[in-house]
Amino acid sequence: MGGTQMAIGITSYGAYLPWHRLGPGTNGWTARTERAVASFDEDSITMAVAAAVNCLDGFHRQDIQALYFASTTPPYKEKSNATTVSVAADLPFETLSMDFSDSLRAGTAALQAAIDAVKGGSAKQVLLVAADMRVPQPRSEFEPVFGDGAAALLIGNSKVAVQLEDSYAVSHEMLDVWRADGDAFVRTWEDRFVIEEGYLKILPQVISKLLDRNKLSSKDITKAVLYAPDSRRHREMVRKLGFDLETQVQEPLFSTVGNTGAAFAPMMLAAALEKAKAGDRILLANYGNGADAFLFRVTEEIEAIRNSRGVGSYVESKRILPDYETYAVWRGLIDKAPPTRRPPIRTPSPSAMHREESKNLRFHGIKCKRCGYPQYPPQRVCTRCHAKDEFEDYRFSDKKAKVFTYALDRLGPTLDPPLVVSVIDFDGGGRMFSIMTDRDVDKVEIGMPLEMTFRKFHSSEGIHNYYWKCMPVRA
Amino acid sequence: MAKGIKDKAAVIGMGCVKFGENWEQSAADMIIDAVYEAYEDAGIEPKEIQAAWVGTVQAGVRGTQLAVPLKLEYIPISRLENACATGTDAFRNACYAVAAGICDTALAVGVEKTKDTGYSGLETTYSRHISQGTWLDPEVFVGMPAQFALAATRYFYRYKLSYEEGKRTLAKISVKSHHNGTMSPKAHLRREITLEQVINAPIIAWPLGLFDCCGVSDGAAAAIVTRPDLAKKFRDDYVLVKGLGITCGASQAELQDDYDFTHFEESVTAGKLAYQEAGIKEPRKELDLASVHDCFSITELLNYEDLGFSPRGKAKEDIDAGAFTLEGELPVNTDGGLKCFGHPVGASGIRMLYEIYKQLQGKADARQVKNAKIGLTHNLGGLPGRFTCAVTILGR
Repeated sequence: MGGTQMAIGITSYGAYLPWHRLGPGTNGWTARTERAVASFDEDSITMAVAAAVNCLDGFHRQDIQALYFASTTPPYKEKSNATTVSVAADLPFETLSMDFSDSLRAGTAALQAAIDAVKGGSAKQVLLVAADMRVPQPRSEFEPVFGDGAAALLIGNSKVAVQLEDSYAVSHEMLDVWRADGDAFVRTWEDRFVIEEGYLKILPQVISKLLDRNKLSSKDITKAVLYAPDSRRHREMVRKLGFDLETQVQEPLFSTVGNTGAAFAPMMLAAALEKAKAGDRILLANYGNGADAFLFRVTEEIEAIRNSRGVGSYVESKRILPDYETYAVWRGLIDKAPPTRRPPIRTPSPSAMHREESKNLRFHGIKCKRCGYPQYPPQRVCTRCHAKDEFEDYRFSDKKAKVFTYALDRLGPTLDPPLVVSVIDFDGGGRMFSIMTDRDVDKVEIGMPLEMTFRKFHSSEGIHNYYWKCMPVRA
Repeated sequence: MAKGIKDKAAVIGMGCVKFGENWEQSAADMIIDAVYEAYEDAGIEPKEIQAAWVGTVQAGVRGTQLAVPLKLEYIPISRLENACATGTDAFRNACYAVAAGICDTALAVGVEKTKDTGYSGLETTYSRHISQGTWLDPEVFVGMPAQFALAATRYFYRYKLSYEEGKRTLAKISVKSHHNGTMSPKAHLRREITLEQVINAPIIAWPLGLFDCCGVSDGAAAAIVTRPDLAKKFRDDYVLVKGLGITCGASQAELQDDYDFTHFEESVTAGKLAYQEAGIKEPRKELDLASVHDCFSITELLNYEDLGFSPRGKAKEDIDAGAFTLEGELPVNTDGGLKCFGHPVGASGIRMLYEIYKQLQGKADARQVKNAKIGLTHNLGGLPGRFTCAVTILGR
């Protein structure tokens, strides 16, 4: 209830949206809406890493004790996905990483768990990241609706910008939308049943209970962040709850991004926080086999964590895919022959991957203690002064870079030809051979500013081989 | 004080198969044909060979790949690999053995069978030679055309060549080599091409197009070396080794942000080693011809500058003036180069030596360079900054 002694809540937020959109302008796309779609080299883990890194901008990673990763589309079923996100976000070895899955409420379940961990004292700060990329069945009712993306919230008890006042949840067993083990696509039942007996019935009960027990009415809410399966149901819910759509409700991103599954509610919350002011009261309500609702109060600290890379800037930074076929190939819906006959890349060795964790996932190079020159990949003998084993770790993932030279390789194995092979120079020193992703091929040029992005390089025999690529600076 | 290889090893016999898509020949077949041509050329009995080196990247392992087909019985044979300098390095080892007095005669063979893989390009090193790992090394994800295209992009930028000017300059190199290839019976590709064909060809790795890339072929070549004092016993027109330089990069291109991609330091340093041994001070004037590594047109252009044929940034002027054509001041790739022979990696170095050897003996027929007395070969392979480069100088 409202009377907790210690302020607990959100201390930072971040988001990530992929660059590509299906939308008007995409040949073969019939819906009027735009939908954010992950690149061929992205998945829930990589998008989560991007949101996590944005959320951690300016924060010390060693002060974070736990990472909770929420998704209904984790790339691994057995093997922690949260751990990969934790390591790629360069959190310490002593991080409790936990996977929240199998529910559209996984994001808010993780939020409740994070709050409870801080309240219980097992962690001072918990990073919660939610990401999803559900593949809708082509031409299904879900195709114009589902979007891909990620959101991150840092939960703590110091310099709290968005303080939790109360939360409430119920469980409600029902087959409304589901995906059984082995199903590629989401299934559903008749929408009259799904909506009337489920969404429109359960969510209002939870919200009313939460407001009532805090002696609040809908008028006391500055911004309501409401999960909905689609935009029509969102409007119905707003009407039913008595909120003013124009002033009191967070815009639900259906026309620009889509329903991002387990990431949807946290992402809308992040979008709401981008414009929140001290004193605002925010209602967050999520739905999926039950519902949960949270009441937050915004504090003065919100001004200190204004995120320039929030949902808003990512919504603006986009490229409309020229054709539906490209998307279908990326999702494996069409098994297109590769551009050239090349030998397949062999399955990576788990022992080598383990040995190179710091280099490949944390994206650490070294900086020579004697001459000060940063180097990637890490060396044992300095390339400049030849000092041996006199280095400190040096994180390259958050460094900006510029194109020194490049080639557009039409033989290189990629689902997004041509492969943009680039030699990049990092701000602050250091150089790397890197593959450029999410780029407009016609705009690649020497001197172009870049940032680093965590991507899936290849997959083989159930092993996803993640690595960092470069891309033109987003947003 | 080391004095180098100059005049301490002599080439007395060489052989080279016709390069191409040799569907009917195995690596062993090509080894036999190249080596028996060399035996015959030298007038030597197989049992007189006292040691041998075989260079190949992917045709096989161990020295036995020479012993078995040739029935070389119980002599020391080593297999080595050193990227595109593989064949030349086999030759270098054979020269060092005779120069050191370890043996009187030695055989060097380079061989590659590229056309059994089912791939239209080279089967890159990652599929065989990097030990099972994470496959996140640039040698895995940067294909060969792209590796050299990186240099073309930067060269155009640095010297302010528009895309059209750059493409046309590179195209002249390919047109020249194809012209020479028409006079080269053992070349794979033997037809003239036009500038417009080169410029308008499909892009392989922008800015490089199809005709900026060398062919992909099978091939083998062989050399027999001895000490100069023994060479006369075999023939009068033996050819002397004047210089042998090999250098390796240490990843400078991918680590150091001042590596410029408009020259390859491996070529400069290997050239220096070889020039020093041979006593050459002004290569452009002193050399009569050269076979340089033209895996891609841009590679040949950079070689002109790195090996001291053209001043820095001036290769275009020399190319425009025809300095490196058969009739030019310093003919380069008189047999058509990798462009026309293709690049069976282990074989290319010795194939180049074969051309220089024949030219110095006056046996190059239609493509003969007048009064050729001293010539150079050059191989460069790997990844920028991780190249192995070999430069060899032969003289009469």
